[in-house]
Amino acid sequence: MEIGIEHYLTVAAMLFTLGVFGIFLNRKNVITILLSIELILLSVNINLVAFSSYMGDLVGQVFTMLILTVAAAEASIGLAILVVYFRNRGSIAVEDIHLMKG
Amino acid sequence: MVTAITFYILAAVLVTSGIMVVFSKNPVHSVLFLILAFFNAAGLFVLLGAEFVAMILVIVYVGAVAVMFLFVVMMLDINFAELRKGVMEYLWVGLLIGFILLLEMIFIVGGWNMTDGIATTITAATPPINEVTNTEAIGRILYTDNIFLFQLAGLILLVAMIGAIVLTHRKRDGVKKQNIGDQVRRRRDDAYEAIDVKPGSGI
Repeated sequence: MEIGIEHYLTVAAMLFTLGVFGIFLNRKNVITILLSIELILLSVNINLVAFSSYMGDLVGQVFTMLILTVAAAEASIGLAILVVYFRNRGSIAVEDIHLMKG
Repeated sequence: MVTAITFYILAAVLVTSGIMVVFSKNPVHSVLFLILAFFNAAGLFVLLGAEFVAMILVIVYVGAVAVMFLFVVMMLDINFAELRKGVMEYLWVGLLIGFILLLEMIFIVGGWNMTDGIATTITAATPPINEVTNTEAIGRILYTDNIFLFQLAGLILLVAMIGAIVLTHRKRDGVKKQNIGDQVRRRRDDAYEAIDVKPGSGI
């Protein structure tokens, strides 16, 4: 049985859906939202590598590394903001984040 | 046949661990399942012939990002039961939107195929695997044709590093630090004082 590009795209679509669903489900928990964003970026990476492999074009894998970098940077900045917020407020509930309203 | 079986095992574990990331009650378990998901995604990459990206995925995600998540989750003293309250409230909205999204994407994948002229648009063709390995092939185009992407990645990492340090750095009282300016400015008169002590009396 041949594994085509559609199989990989379907797996990536399922992961992407799970990520979006996770953001909806855990609206209050910033950590789980960040984990869901990681899932979404992982699905994008799977898409890029699948296309790169099946089209015989290596640039897709270079872009994958760029997305990997962006994901790592985003996670570190997000967690740093989270730590600072927790230090100031003592909680990480998303609903409490309305300091900018004045 | 072996490829198909491997693919289905990896994909099944990947999707299952993705579900567990979203549904776990304890965020520590979520992070651990995320690590499992990354390992299986790396397996899929190896299956696709992209070994270098697979190893980078394991090193960067499992070795750095997931460990950082674990540190933060365990460091912050958070009442997670409080945060879980009201989860079921939005379950149906989330399920509906997720279902529609998945359906749309499967329709797109199902009714899609590559056009005939696609071979002419390839910018960096994959060299035959028995002549050049995947890592070497990526190295050949990463530092030449895609040097700006490479440097952009470096700049993003630099900005993220500076941002994370600036955000989390704080001044604490009671910490003794070396001040080189003070040390250089110090003169002999600051350091000691000559007191004329008369014989027979103390200071």
